[in-house]
Amino acid sequence: MTRSTIELPVTADDYRIARYAAAAIALSVAEAALPTPLPGIKPGLANIIVLVVLARYGWRDAAWVSLLRVVAGSLVIGQFLAPGFFLALSGAVCSLAVLALAQHLPPRFFGPVSASVLAAFAHIGGQILLARVWLVPHDGVFYLLPLFATAALAFGAINGLVAARLLAIPVSIAEAAPAAMKGAA
Amino acid sequence: MHTHSLRELLAQAAGEGHAPWRTLLKPGDWALLLAAGVLVAASYPLLWRGGAADRAIVKRDGEVVTELALNVARKYAVTGAIGITLIEVQPGRARVLSDPGPRQYCVQQGWLTRANAVAICAPNHVTLQLAGRGGRNEAYDTLNY
Repeated sequence: MTRSTIELPVTADDYRIARYAAAAIALSVAEAALPTPLPGIKPGLANIIVLVVLARYGWRDAAWVSLLRVVAGSLVIGQFLAPGFFLALSGAVCSLAVLALAQHLPPRFFGPVSASVLAAFAHIGGQILLARVWLVPHDGVFYLLPLFATAALAFGAINGLVAARLLAIPVSIAEAAPAAMKGAA
Repeated sequence: MHTHSLRELLAQAAGEGHAPWRTLLKPGDWALLLAAGVLVAASYPLLWRGGAADRAIVKRDGEVVTELALNVARKYAVTGAIGITLIEVQPGRARVLSDPGPRQYCVQQGWLTRANAVAICAPNHVTLQLAGRGGRNEAYDTLNY
């Protein structure tokens, strides 16, 4: 066997992002098994990971984790390039855009819960807009908006609380894993 | 090789000795949750108002007998094929108060409140139907139970 001539240098950043993305993918795959009362209403547990990454490592890493989650998660579930994939992508892009703004909220008054709720609303907003433009070209989709908004508020608040609690864990524990990877690399 | 993983992080998160949940919320979080809650609650009447009715149309043998505005309470009697059907209107709703039909389906239907809801008193050839404001974005073509 010939040795590959292509060497892809892997940085500690890559390992860290891959670890968090793996956690996010695992959560979204697990969540896909849950029955939902209405297509589009789900807890969005993977967003907990995105919030933690945003708070710890900044927006760029959070965007990587979120988008890797959407792409790889859809590959695992077999939804890649299906309508559900584009809805998820649209939601993820919108919530990343909102998170880019929300991270500048004064940290004295606003914590992960605010970011989570705002991102959840952006998520559902992005999905419903794409659905209106592409899948259901009728104003009837907005009829479901109150239900989606209620779910976004509830799950956004819960996910935000979980993220806040994860972030309250001393960084040394959370940092241990990436540091170990760095040593291995 | 460390095996710190999500499982361990979650176990940590669920563990004892942590601050209670409410301390994880800052003042701005509370304010934002409150504002979002108000907005979400307001979105229900705002987006689900479609289909509010504003008049009742009474027909006999398919022909319009009268149109009653739903803003004042009143009663209206129609003479049909086998007797008199009494229609009652109250602000925002209307019903068939009494009907000579043997099975009383249209009476038992009770108050009609949404646009295009209809009560049919077939034996007496009388129908009561509600109509909404604009024709364009009406929620239903017809409503029956």
